[in-house]
Amino acid sequence: MTAQLVIFLILAAIAVAGAVSVILQREPIHSAISLIAVMIALAGLFLLLESEFIAAVQIIVYAGAIMVLFVFVIMLLNAGAEERTNMSRMARYVGVPLAVFLLIELAYQVGAATSSMTAQPAADGATRGISMLLFQDFVFPFELTSILILIAILGALVLAQRSEGAPAQRAQQ
Amino acid sequence: MNDSLAHSILLVSLIKVLVLLFLVLTAVAYLVWFERKVAAHIQGRWGPYRVGPHGLLQPLADGAKFLLKEDTTPAGADRFLYFTAPVITLTLAISAIAMIPFGPASVRILGVATPLVIANINVGLLAIFAMTSIGVYGVALAGWSSNNKYSLLGGLRSSAQMISYELSLTLSVVGILLLAGTFNLSELILRQDGFTWGYLPKWNLLSPTFPQVLGLFCYFIAAIAETNRAPFDLAEAESEIVAGYHTEYSSFKFAMFFMGEYASMITVACLASILFLGGWLSPFPQTPGMDWTRYIPAAVFAASAVGLILDGLHHRSLARVVLPLLGLVLGALSFLCLQPAIIDYVQGPFWFLTKVLLVLFVYVWVRWTLPRFRYDQLMRFGWKFLFPVALLNVVVTSLAVVMRR
Repeated sequence: MTAQLVIFLILAAIAVAGAVSVILQREPIHSAISLIAVMIALAGLFLLLESEFIAAVQIIVYAGAIMVLFVFVIMLLNAGAEERTNMSRMARYVGVPLAVFLLIELAYQVGAATSSMTAQPAADGATRGISMLLFQDFVFPFELTSILILIAILGALVLAQRSEGAPAQRAQQ
Repeated sequence: MNDSLAHSILLVSLIKVLVLLFLVLTAVAYLVWFERKVAAHIQGRWGPYRVGPHGLLQPLADGAKFLLKEDTTPAGADRFLYFTAPVITLTLAISAIAMIPFGPASVRILGVATPLVIANINVGLLAIFAMTSIGVYGVALAGWSSNNKYSLLGGLRSSAQMISYELSLTLSVVGILLLAGTFNLSELILRQDGFTWGYLPKWNLLSPTFPQVLGLFCYFIAAIAETNRAPFDLAEAESEIVAGYHTEYSSFKFAMFFMGEYASMITVACLASILFLGGWLSPFPQTPGMDWTRYIPAAVFAASAVGLILDGLHHRSLARVVLPLLGLVLGALSFLCLQPAIIDYVQGPFWFLTKVLLVLFVYVWVRWTLPRFRYDQLMRFGWKFLFPVALLNVVVTSLAVVMRR
């Protein structure tokens, strides 16, 4: 076994264990931390593929920004421990088999698609390649996505303001 | 690569890590002393003076005290997170320094030539930002796990503040990335080599394309906020929420937060001098007429040696021996810096550390000059002033870069 394979197995184990722990933890904040562990393990996997840029961005954006927001909201709402419910009959007899089926299907498809692939490191600095793709070849879809996100933010703002008193009142503040 | 070479590279890295760890922890301890001294002199006091000459042994006394105090855990605390939070803070703060290049010269250790940096990676700048961006979990989780409303408020404040100011911090650096076109810290420094009109260094702060004055301004303010220091220390505002996120922490767990804060100050100062002040580049051109500038490090050490020895004569008891001895050590250092074999190796680290010390001084100066922001002021300042200014810097710099092409 090469050192790379060992590191891969460790990181993969952390990622899977973290993902399972996200679901199993009862405290919301423990789930959030498990998710952060998953993100960091994924960044490590990107590092193994020699795409340092993606690894750093993975940590900065997901672990550093989005998850901070999650933790912030959990702390702000002071969300308590979740209560366990026994699975409903529907979930037990339909949901679980479907979930297992989906898992097997995904594993099979991914395995089939990637069995002939070998990991190829990005030539001449992945950073340059990614920025070329984002800002030259696919600049239009990229900007379109940004506008889409902007619209979503504005929509959230409008919705949040509607529930809290009249708009005129808020404008004065 | 053969096996013995790989092993010696590993060994050299290990040696470098140990040496840097020792240096950083010492620097952190004496940064606290430095801050207390500067603060005292700003307020017309003397500062630490009792433990050792000029209070120089104060950090040791503080360290012993931290180790010997009782380590308490509040009732109802989330034990695992309560223990992990300070570890996260300190680990991330210290490991970020591994990416900092301290000089250009490669040193030979065990027959392997190695540069004065532990991890010279392609995306060094991003890696440091990644570490600082995860650093907030230390504070947030400490606040949450303490089971104390003041701690929780401190953690909340800190995470909101981090999200707001991280944007400006990252944006303020984009101008430099546009000018240099690389994330590698060593290359970022090399791009700043050269002089405008023969005497003005081409540091990014004074870049002939577009001076990054606004960039440094935004970077420094955002960095103070990121490290939770006054006037942005709302996470531990003692007049409002006792001690904020570390209210419940005592003994060495508190010390870890404390050391983490100062270690990240050092990282921020190193990064400021690399990005804006030319890192380890000398401020003087290396023309034959300016050859004497190579002797500045030796001169500075010699001057402080003389100063220490003269100062020692004013003291009584132990300080009368210790201070001149320290002076002699500095004198020996000065003599070392004159040796032809060493003089070239000294230049880089000397200028780098000088710049870092300068930035650290401003850091401390700001803390003891400006009063704390109110929370709404903090948010308004971050989003409505700092962020637009950083954005403006990006726009103008990219225009300047395109026009120059």
